[in-house]
Amino acid sequence: MNLKTFLLGTCSAIVIAGFAQAETLTIATVNNGDMVRMQTLTDDFTKANPDIQLEWVTLEENVLRERVTTDIATKGGQYDVLTIGTYEVPIWAKQGWLLPLDNLGADYDVDDLLPAIRSGLTADGKLYAAPFYGESSMVMYRKDLIEKAGLKMPDAPTWEFIGEAARKMTDRAAGINGICLRGKAGWGENMAFLTATSNAFGARWFDENWKPQFDQPEWKATLDMYVKLMNDAGPQGASSNGFNENLALFQQGKCGMWIDATVAASFVTNPKDSTVADKVGFALAPDTGLGKRGNWLWAWNLAIPAGTQKAEAAEKFVSWATSKHYLDIVAAKEGWANVPPGTRTSLYNNPEYQKAAPFAKMTLDSINAADPKNPSVKPVPYVGVQFVAIPEFQGLGTTVGQLFSAALAGQMTVDDALAQAQQVTTREMTRGGYIK
Amino acid sequence: MARAVSTRRTVFFTIVAWIIALVIFFPILYTIITSFKSETEAIQGFNLIPSGTVESYAAVQAQSNYFKFFLNSVIISVGSTLLALLISVPAAWSMAFSPTNKTKDILMWMLSTKMMPAAAVMVPIYLLFRDFGLLDSRFGLTVMLTMINLPIVVWMLYTYFREIPGEILEASRMDGASLWGEIWYVLTPMAVPGIASTMLLNIILAWNEAFWTIRLTTTNAAPLTAFIASFSSPQGLFWAKLSAASTLAIAPILIMGWFSQKQLVRGLTFGAVK
Repeated sequence: MNLKTFLLGTCSAIVIAGFAQAETLTIATVNNGDMVRMQTLTDDFTKANPDIQLEWVTLEENVLRERVTTDIATKGGQYDVLTIGTYEVPIWAKQGWLLPLDNLGADYDVDDLLPAIRSGLTADGKLYAAPFYGESSMVMYRKDLIEKAGLKMPDAPTWEFIGEAARKMTDRAAGINGICLRGKAGWGENMAFLTATSNAFGARWFDENWKPQFDQPEWKATLDMYVKLMNDAGPQGASSNGFNENLALFQQGKCGMWIDATVAASFVTNPKDSTVADKVGFALAPDTGLGKRGNWLWAWNLAIPAGTQKAEAAEKFVSWATSKHYLDIVAAKEGWANVPPGTRTSLYNNPEYQKAAPFAKMTLDSINAADPKNPSVKPVPYVGVQFVAIPEFQGLGTTVGQLFSAALAGQMTVDDALAQAQQVTTREMTRGGYIK
Repeated sequence: MARAVSTRRTVFFTIVAWIIALVIFFPILYTIITSFKSETEAIQGFNLIPSGTVESYAAVQAQSNYFKFFLNSVIISVGSTLLALLISVPAAWSMAFSPTNKTKDILMWMLSTKMMPAAAVMVPIYLLFRDFGLLDSRFGLTVMLTMINLPIVVWMLYTYFREIPGEILEASRMDGASLWGEIWYVLTPMAVPGIASTMLLNIILAWNEAFWTIRLTTTNAAPLTAFIASFSSPQGLFWAKLSAASTLAIAPILIMGWFSQKQLVRGLTFGAVK
């Protein structure tokens, strides 16, 4: 072998090695149980796709949102797959920040996705994100306490019934609060609950001309009911309680009822963490007889940013992680009760899942009952049940949430909170060009 | 009588000092206590006696590669400190021993950059990092942290150098020392306590910097601040795991601070009493 042949051979080997090198996908995600579980189950994907490696960036929800927004807006190209919520998908798709998911594969069965969830992720007829897990909200209640109160929880309760039950179940001496609801300020905290609840009272954030509606009687009725109920039957310091705080209270047996995300059902019925696991019943989110229930609709989804150089590999991963096959993997390794819920019709038709998850039917009914395009009784110019899918909502929702949290804490009256909410929202919507 | 008053005063100030120290240290102590609680215990409210479980440490270890983040923290904080010293020793020397009538203004201007909110320059910095290919690189982050801490390092060294009598440097010049020889063989040995404490303080500042280290990294260069951030969860209890991650992240710098506290205090009080 002469020198020339040796050099040529070496160069070719280097080039081939370069081409054969695995492509690395950087996936931005949040620290939720289902997401963490997925990171331990990716062997199945990497075995089938040895040319693709996965790197995870796990961040706190708001930091993730901020980081991903900066990266997409500046075309930084740091991420190949994003975990984003239902709120972001329509806004980012409209901005051209996300790639449409056109090649999820022949056996992906996109029609199996729950229609309510799928519609929230679709813009101009194209799917821009694939749901990893979905949720609505519902009533979780203590069957023993409601029985003791001499009541029977209907499958579809009214707010009037919930109020009566909460007050009857409250036993402060025994440390039992009739009801635990979100009070911590934030667009995804108390405002997710209150916005969804306000729909049942016929309230809305804006009328058809984007005029804020906090000065209308429907919002007054919503907030009056909430503050009075929490004062009579809620836990102390409720204005600091979010999902996690209420979860801990319910698991310790300190709540008669809790109205929150359907995903909590698997936590409160898990005997490892919950002291009341075998005493929990479920019901639809309450209404007031106006035809709308206060149940929200949310999904954590996988999407591909427009700036990625690895779109093909990224779509392969998204397809795998949100497929029926992935649900089977989780079921085989962790049991059916632990599969990511709320995304596929076939899961809810599966007898094994129905058996393992007593909350399955109520979760499906809650998701199906949510209508993001017509969330309230009166028409609205926006999409979203517990949020308004406009970029300004994060800031607005948090500001209004702080006012409502202050009203709950007794730092201001309901009327003052609503008046200030109306003032702030009108100013911001005028500034944003929505109100001419 | 005077002795009794003095003893009473000493006891009083000792108690006050202990109370202040405890108040300052309490958040760290409570984080460590919480890391030995179960998730349910951790969210139950104020409680100083943990059950002693180490399940959070096990979960943190299973979920993340601590040593990768740790190594990045070491490289970035030590690297940025050395780079900052390399730039700031000559700068502080020049300002301390050859001041002009604009020296104070320059020092004030340097310090004023610390008053700018980081979020205000987020997008321009991000664009620069993108264009120079520095996103998620240890080198980029080392440069960034050097820039952030440079004003403080220059200020601290300037203060120490001002305490060194100029006559000694003049004498070395008379003996034929070059400019570099003067800095290296005369000034530096005399300012070792000051340089050492500046170095230690800068390592601590760089180790704890969270705004840029989280925002300019993804996987390769992410330090322990990003490691901590990954344990906060919107749905699911996480306080015990977050506390365990925080304890693991601050342990190295706490231990370093403990062993070097004499040096640190000596340096920080250098020239304070004349």
